[in-house]
Amino acid sequence: MTAESPAELPAPEALMACPSCDALYVERPVAPGETARCLRCHEVLEAPRQTAMTRIIMLAVSAMILMIAAIFFPFLELEAAGRMHRSSLLDTVLAFSSGLTAPLTIAMASLIVVVPMIRIGALIYVMAPMAFGHAPARHAEVVFRVAESLRPWAMAEIFVVGVAVALVKVAGMAHIFIGPAFWAFVALVIVTVLKDNFMSRVTLWKTLEHRRPS
Amino acid sequence: MEDAGAPAPILTAKAAGLVGCTQCGRVHRPGVARCTRCGARLQSRDVTSLQRVWAWLFAGLVVYIPANIYPMLLTTILGKTSESTIFGGVVELMHHGSYGVAAIVFGASIVIPISKFIAIAYLALSVQHQVAMSAHRRHQLYEAVEFIGRWSMIDVFVVAILSSLVQLDFAASINPGIAAVSFALSVAFTMISAQSFDSRLIWDVDGE
Repeated sequence: MTAESPAELPAPEALMACPSCDALYVERPVAPGETARCLRCHEVLEAPRQTAMTRIIMLAVSAMILMIAAIFFPFLELEAAGRMHRSSLLDTVLAFSSGLTAPLTIAMASLIVVVPMIRIGALIYVMAPMAFGHAPARHAEVVFRVAESLRPWAMAEIFVVGVAVALVKVAGMAHIFIGPAFWAFVALVIVTVLKDNFMSRVTLWKTLEHRRPS
Repeated sequence: MEDAGAPAPILTAKAAGLVGCTQCGRVHRPGVARCTRCGARLQSRDVTSLQRVWAWLFAGLVVYIPANIYPMLLTTILGKTSESTIFGGVVELMHHGSYGVAAIVFGASIVIPISKFIAIAYLALSVQHQVAMSAHRRHQLYEAVEFIGRWSMIDVFVVAILSSLVQLDFAASINPGIAAVSFALSVAFTMISAQSFDSRLIWDVDGE
């Protein structure tokens, strides 16, 4: 429902503003399964889903396990002129570790492994207590805010496309074997996309507020 | 939240003398520094937004130049080293006949960055000047820039994977060139530039 004129406005607590265009609405409960969109910019405002919290946690835990598998199993193997070269995700990250390109090592490690891991861990920390019916953990608000601000910097899915491009580039000069870690990583990307689709930021903030004993 | 069919007059939090949180949507009376629900910093409009957008955009533009001039990949085959720039890599892929991959690399490292520079500059200019594009279109453009910008990082990842994989001593080895660093920086800077943009500014001009 839109709020029409400043004169008849209810208290700020009963209102909500669209986070992306500032349009003002009178707060109304959104039923699970429904999606509330902003009338002006069509951005999704709220999208509560039944058992979303439990699903997100299960997906986050699977993502964590897959990430650990992706780091330690062999990622890609290359055979050329009778020589074998095996490279893990760690080697890929360390590819820039010599010379002038050294700072890129840290950036790569962050974008592919560290930031996605922090995000998964943060989401589990924020949601696990709530999914089991407890009050949110201490500092859950700060942790969730950090997790949301890191979202654009988790680039695992872009890395997977990068691997595909790289494979085509070397396909002509050598035999390539795809290791188990690669498949773990692909699965990780799918799980992450599913998890992010279940999440509605405003809904989660509201849940956090309701569950927090004041 | 309900579709009335006819375009209803929309009141913004700013016009109502209130401040909306860009993180969680909670509405506050003016004078509250941090959102009581999520703790994000509250501002009716981010007044320094445009300054930061321009600053990061220029930084991104400056480092994009060496990214295209210097080599991205150093390929050594049987002791002979050849260098290839971003554009050189695309041409090489086309020679191999892999047009699809060439198109991906060309799109991710040349088309996306350049159109992103133009799009961000256009959006920032549209806040202060009258432009032909409607607010709704510009909002979609902003969403697209935010979504697509990250994908430019593909080329940096390709260089990293190739350099870690192709290390066969004398036979063949691939090493990263300095352009990889400046290209990665360029992508990061333009991402920050797009994030600094306060999307509510797009709609303010429209309302007046």
